[in-house]
Amino acid sequence: MANSKHPISPHLQIYRLPLTALLSITHRITGVILALGSVVLVWILAAAADSADYYQSMIPHLQSWYGQLFLFGFVFSLYLHFCNGVRHLFWDVGYGFELETADLTARLAIALAVILTVATWVVAGMG
Amino acid sequence: MSDLRSPLSRVKGLGSAKDGTHHFWHQRLTALLLIPLVLWFGFSLASIPVDHATLVAWIQQPFVTVVLILLIVAVFYHAKLGLQVVIEDYVSSHSRRAIALLLSGFLCLLFAIVGVVAVLKISFGA
Repeated sequence: MANSKHPISPHLQIYRLPLTALLSITHRITGVILALGSVVLVWILAAAADSADYYQSMIPHLQSWYGQLFLFGFVFSLYLHFCNGVRHLFWDVGYGFELETADLTARLAIALAVILTVATWVVAGMG
Repeated sequence: MSDLRSPLSRVKGLGSAKDGTHHFWHQRLTALLLIPLVLWFGFSLASIPVDHATLVAWIQQPFVTVVLILLIVAVFYHAKLGLQVVIEDYVSSHSRRAIALLLSGFLCLLFAIVGVVAVLKISFGA
């Protein structure tokens, strides 16, 4: 019954996802990260509204390695989701569906996300 | 006859999701709105020192108060719509899906309100 010559659908465990597919699932993952991270940002905002002491007590945590890791992860997720989201908006109006274009814009989105993250860190370093 | 739907069903624009196209459309609208808001937020927050007094003075500017509230509402509405799609795709059990959808929607609303109240409290100098 089974014809071994038939093409079969990708086995996810042994199939190397193309960049476009990898970025697609990353868009969802970064979306969930951003939803969770936004809760932390609201928490910091609420601390600032509560009292200067409560807010200032959070600063050492944000400056520690895990705080910096969170901020860096959040900002990079934000810009990757942002750039890939713009890519989605272009698809919504009918542009960029060709394979080469989709692959190029995937690379562009990742590169731009890296640049925006570094730029934010540079601006923060000067401030 | 190529379409088995009734004229009423067609004019209401509701498919099998019973939800029409509102979800898709609102996700795109909030995405568009968030483009300038996120760039503004990221770079203006990065450019000020992180101490309490500076943060409070920044939030108390009327423009910042208004745009920050707009950002918080847009972010959590966009998050609610996005989480909904993820839950609908990956949680197959009907009861668990219903609970996850209710919970994620409620939490997004709750944190949006907490954020807005915090901004207003700081802005009004309480």
